[in-house]
Amino acid sequence: MFDLDRWNEIFITISRNKLRSFLTAFGVFWGIFMLIALIGGGRGLENLIAGQLDGIASNSCLMWNGRTSEAYKGFRKGRWWTVNNRDIDIIKTNVKGIEEISPMIMPWSPTDDNAVRGEKKGTVLVQGNFANYDKIDRQTIKFGRYLNDMDLQEHRKVCFIGSRVYEMLFNRGENPIGQDIRVDGIYYKVIGVGEGGENMTFNGDKKELVTIPFTTIQTLYNYGENVDVFAAMAKPDVSVSEMQEQMEAILKLNHSIAPHDRQAVNSINIETLFKQIGYLVLGVNILAWIVGFGTLFAGIIGVSNIMMVTVRERTQEIGIRRALGAKPASIMTQIMSESFAITAIAGFLGISFAVLILQMVDLGLDVSGNGTSVFQINFLTSVVAALIIIILGTLAGLGPAFRAMKIKPIEALSEE
Amino acid sequence: MSAIIRLKNINKTYYNGAPLHVLKGIDMEINKGEFVSIMGASGSGKSTLLNILGILDNYDTGEYCLNDVLIKNLSETRAAYFRNKLIGFIFQSFNLISFKNAMENVALPLYYQKMGRKTRNKLALEYLDKLGLKEWAHHMPNELSGGQKQRVAIARALISKPQIILADEPTGALDSKTSAEVLEVLKKVNKTGMTMIIVTHESGVANQTNKIIRLKDGVIEKIEDNSEHKFSNFSVENIK
Repeated sequence: MFDLDRWNEIFITISRNKLRSFLTAFGVFWGIFMLIALIGGGRGLENLIAGQLDGIASNSCLMWNGRTSEAYKGFRKGRWWTVNNRDIDIIKTNVKGIEEISPMIMPWSPTDDNAVRGEKKGTVLVQGNFANYDKIDRQTIKFGRYLNDMDLQEHRKVCFIGSRVYEMLFNRGENPIGQDIRVDGIYYKVIGVGEGGENMTFNGDKKELVTIPFTTIQTLYNYGENVDVFAAMAKPDVSVSEMQEQMEAILKLNHSIAPHDRQAVNSINIETLFKQIGYLVLGVNILAWIVGFGTLFAGIIGVSNIMMVTVRERTQEIGIRRALGAKPASIMTQIMSESFAITAIAGFLGISFAVLILQMVDLGLDVSGNGTSVFQINFLTSVVAALIIIILGTLAGLGPAFRAMKIKPIEALSEE
Repeated sequence: MSAIIRLKNINKTYYNGAPLHVLKGIDMEINKGEFVSIMGASGSGKSTLLNILGILDNYDTGEYCLNDVLIKNLSETRAAYFRNKLIGFIFQSFNLISFKNAMENVALPLYYQKMGRKTRNKLALEYLDKLGLKEWAHHMPNELSGGQKQRVAIARALISKPQIILADEPTGALDSKTSAEVLEVLKKVNKTGMTMIIVTHESGVANQTNKIIRLKDGVIEKIEDNSEHKFSNFSVENIK
């Protein structure tokens, strides 16, 4: 029930000591501001990292060749070796935990403006992939389609291009499907265009990527049987590190590498990477809550303290009210409403200010992309924060209110 | 006339350190419409008696009936209700709320009766008008003289139409001229049929009342009929 008299009274008592009320309120304001800003910051960090890894299956790993560091079976150390098609076949048949394995070729393009179409040209990255690569690193498709098995079987000269490649080589609104583009001197037919996401691929920015069937590129770039890198995805319930060990063992056996050579095979375990990022984000979030909550709590304690002082100062007034017939509950709600009012006003301003700052950071960094904020807290968090403020504000008033309730009218009136 | 206040063997002991037996069996009756003063030296227990009469304090044994309701072991909420409904208080130091203007101060008891803002402010203005303070309705207490403040307090005591008015040294903080004015007001109020009890140590004030109850060391020394107002301000009796 909204009691105008009560709120009027609260306003009067709060504004009677403006500086003190302001400083008290500022403690709460700053506390909730820190809490929200830190949570938003943590969320921003999480989103930025997640954006980079978006679409990459977390239960996957990458593996590529390195240089041996141990002499073995008559070979000296420091030898280069290469992954080849045979390795991939053997791994596929022998490692039971593999869901998908997808070899890749990433040729080094020697010149700038290596992609040309008529008058238009631009610098692009070239990558040879299998169709199943889509399952490990999800491709977002804007037009057309991704590679399929037929493209690979028939060594088709087709390509799937990133959104920036489309912008470089095509007029705005032009239909690219079925058009030919020249990359590194060879013509390919465009079969699809990827959406311009934020995320990186293993080889660089997806938006600047021209993906060509693996088999095509292996022939055209004279790779023979060689493979640059391969990605593998584990079956559900199979740990990536286990799969990784088995694959590494096969490669070492095939290429006469010492079983305990740690440098000969390079790999990135995406699962561990995700876990590490998860821990990092968790750590940041815990820190945000501890620091934010600590600051907020200090602010709330401040409110409680000031309310204690106020009650003491107003002992006589409360005594008069009691003598005139104020019920204990009425005195109690009055003090609690005051504490609530200070906390709520300061708290809601703090939340709003934090949201404003987060929005400015978002706009300033220009990382939001397609309309979703990176740093902004979500609506639920702000509702929870508002609830926390309301609860803490009421609790802050509880102690002082009980103190006020205990004031006996005779003691207060004889205090002259 | 029926007794509005009935005290039977009221005892009160304070236990702050050494037990202090303040009231030692008080028996008295005050009828409706009486104008009574309670006199006594400091420590005689007159303030304690007033607090008990005003339901501001509890007593240990005995019986206190106010308006035929036994006032004993009330909860704080119930006590507050009775104070609000049955008793009007006038204090020595006025006890106005400093950040409320005269009208709001007068209207405060009605606020605790949950009366609407407009109605209670209108009533408060009427009461201020009766006490000749209409022009001062919107002044803060610190802009009023002592006499004016006490008249505001009287208006506040009257507004809830109580059964009795308890005045604790109502002229204690006033000069003799304003004291006389305030006493006139209290007398007038009594003439309307309001039971009025004044605690004082000034015989001049007591002399204006119709009945003087003299307390000494926690017992009633004597109850004097004073309807003739025969004690002058300078009688030998006062000096004693």
